[in-house]
Amino acid sequence: MKVLVAVKRVIDYNVKIRVKADNTGVETANVKMSMNPFDEIAVEEAIRMKEKGAATEIIAFSAGPAQCQETIRTALAMGADRGVLVQSDTELQPLAVAKLLKAVVDKEQPGLVIVGKQAIDDDSNQTGQMLAALLGWSQGTFANKLNVADGTAEVKREVDGGLENIKIKLPAVITTDLRLNEPRYASLPNIMKAKKKPIETLTADALGVDVAPRLKVLKVEEPPKRKAGIKVKTVAELVDKLRNEAGVI
Amino acid sequence: MAILVVAAHDGKTVRSNVANAVAAAGQMGSDVTVLVAGSNCAEAAKSAAALQGVAKVLQAEDAAYANWVAEDIAPLVVKLAPGYSHVVMAADSVGKNVAPRVAALLDVAQVSEAIQVVSPDTFVRPIYAGNAMATVQTADKIKVVTIRPTNFKAVAAGGSAPIEQIGGEGAKGLSSYVGAELSKSERPELTSAKIVISGGRGLASGENFKLLETLADKLGAGLGASRAAVDAGYVPNDYQVGQTGKVVAPDLYIAVGISGAIQHLAGMKDSKTIVAINKDEEAPIFQVADYGIVGDLFQIVPELTAAVEKK
Ligand SMILES: Cc1cc2nc3c(=O)[nH]c(=O)nc-3n(C[C@H](O)[C@H](O)[C@H](O)COP(=O)(O)OP(=O)(O)OC[C@H]3O[C@@H](n4cnc5c(N)ncnc54)[C@H](O)[C@@H]3O)c2cc1C
Ligand SMILES: Cc1cc2nc3c(=O)[nH]c(=O)nc-3n(C[C@H](O)[C@H](O)[C@H](O)COP(=O)(O)OP(=O)(O)OC[C@H]3O[C@@H](n4cnc5c(N)ncnc54)[C@H](O)[C@@H]3O)c2cc1C
Repeated sequence: MKVLVAVKRVIDYNVKIRVKADNTGVETANVKMSMNPFDEIAVEEAIRMKEKGAATEIIAFSAGPAQCQETIRTALAMGADRGVLVQSDTELQPLAVAKLLKAVVDKEQPGLVIVGKQAIDDDSNQTGQMLAALLGWSQGTFANKLNVADGTAEVKREVDGGLENIKIKLPAVITTDLRLNEPRYASLPNIMKAKKKPIETLTADALGVDVAPRLKVLKVEEPPKRKAGIKVKTVAELVDKLRNEAGVI
Repeated sequence: MAILVVAAHDGKTVRSNVANAVAAAGQMGSDVTVLVAGSNCAEAAKSAAALQGVAKVLQAEDAAYANWVAEDIAPLVVKLAPGYSHVVMAADSVGKNVAPRVAALLDVAQVSEAIQVVSPDTFVRPIYAGNAMATVQTADKIKVVTIRPTNFKAVAAGGSAPIEQIGGEGAKGLSSYVGAELSKSERPELTSAKIVISGGRGLASGENFKLLETLADKLGAGLGASRAAVDAGYVPNDYQVGQTGKVVAPDLYIAVGISGAIQHLAGMKDSKTIVAINKDEEAPIFQVADYGIVGDLFQIVPELTAAVEKK
């Protein structure tokens, strides 16, 4: 079974982001970019499936500008077999990404697609569910544990009250949550090997997908800042403030 | 046009965040219908009908809806959607699972976690863990929106909307519910508690969370945690507060042994009053805390517990 994983290039989670002065977005020039952390978990899960013999080939997909090649290379260095880049300089929104993924699924016929539950830049938490809908497939979202066997997947999901177990038919779309696994680091020899692995470059036009944004971003602003507070010396002082100043206990 | 709010429920009552979703829907239009889909969900439908601002409740009875399987609920919502200008859900684990499936089937974009309704087609939503606020406008005919409950004041009870029975669409057979492992707790639910106490890696073990439990019981507080505490196995996953966990905005948030990473702040910085207890005076959590106390939590927390006891 082929497994397709989506890897998104995002601003590294350690970067303190800055809103552009003209309020059109956030500053991305000269900012460290990395693979979306949830997608590292997706790649790791696919590799573990391959190591167990449950997957035969891992394809890493990314959509966006040419630099997404680097993100795909990271996935290849971790252990994916080949890459597919849908190169686009338009702002790609989740529905567009889901349609591009569907086009690649139609071509490649994987038995499983693994994506992150959310990208840490736009925080949409949509793409996987949208892809499953477009394909008419089942979805195992916010996966904490995944077990694939005999045409079904058992998924333990992270939900509001704790954990939920479901059994879904394959093919399916899985979205990863934080506790699914701990992604490996790519070793130096594997980084070298990854340079030789193939990456196919496609365009939305060639795939026949309309990627025009549906949501118009009118402005992007700084959130309101919290006023700096004070340090108290003793617990007695803290309790006094909470009772008599804030009135919260 | 009318607004359709899709309600999650436990069979007896709709989730408390449905009252927040109805409030948000009321800002998008005036005619709010609530869909309660389930199996034996008459009581839940009644609880929805009792919310102020609800004009009508649709009760869809079908065994397929017993466990909120997205593959089965989405087609029902999609069938109803053309009669509405908006489909609204709370951005909890049900809304996040179902709404994008509905949006894609309708071929429309989704606005995720709106925190403000600017106008019926324009919404403010946080991006980058709340470090930027985007105002987005949608031109889609049916607008699918999830809302962040803590940003909309819940409507009160006291309504009496009519309940209309509608049929279900049956099961697709793609996904089946096996069971749940839910955290049992007598304490208030994290996202609606007035006081939340969260512990981080500084607690050093699950056993030590008992310190926080004792304090929580004294204050009638809910319990939360940082990702590090969840990853380390001190507490279950549903305790996680943050960008990729739960968003809380209680009157009082007490962060104990939590450094204050942006991903954690994203889930709690809208709290009215924030207290931080940390031994490192440079910890970033102090930058958002109204009251900080530098010191060893193992000394401070028991002291605090004793102090709140004697009123
Ligand atoms: C205010 C604002 C500013 C924006 N600015 C920019 C910008 O400057 N540049 C820009 O390119 N876009 C920009 N966008 C678009 C935004 O990044 C897209 O909406 C995004 O590609 C999809 O949303 P998401 O990643 O949050 O989806 P989610 O549904 O949260 O993503 C879930 C998963 O889907 C997969 N996935 C999503 N997108 C891709 C992808 N492109 N390639 C591979 N896998 C993917 C990943 O596995 C990811 O973990 C902006 C959007 C807004 C609202
Ligand atoms: C994709 C992604 C998503 C994430 N999502 C989330 C999320 O939703 N929520 C979240 O919380 N994090 C999230 N994180 C993790 C986040 O970046 C931090 O790693 C995490 O919040 C740190 O948890 P912590 O503050 O408990 O631990 P640490 O950063 O290790 O801090 C522990 C603190 O305890 C203090 N301490 C230690 N001992 C004592 C003592 N005896 N007395 C008093 N103080 C003491 C220390 O001074 C320190 O400040 C995410 C990260 C990524 C990459």
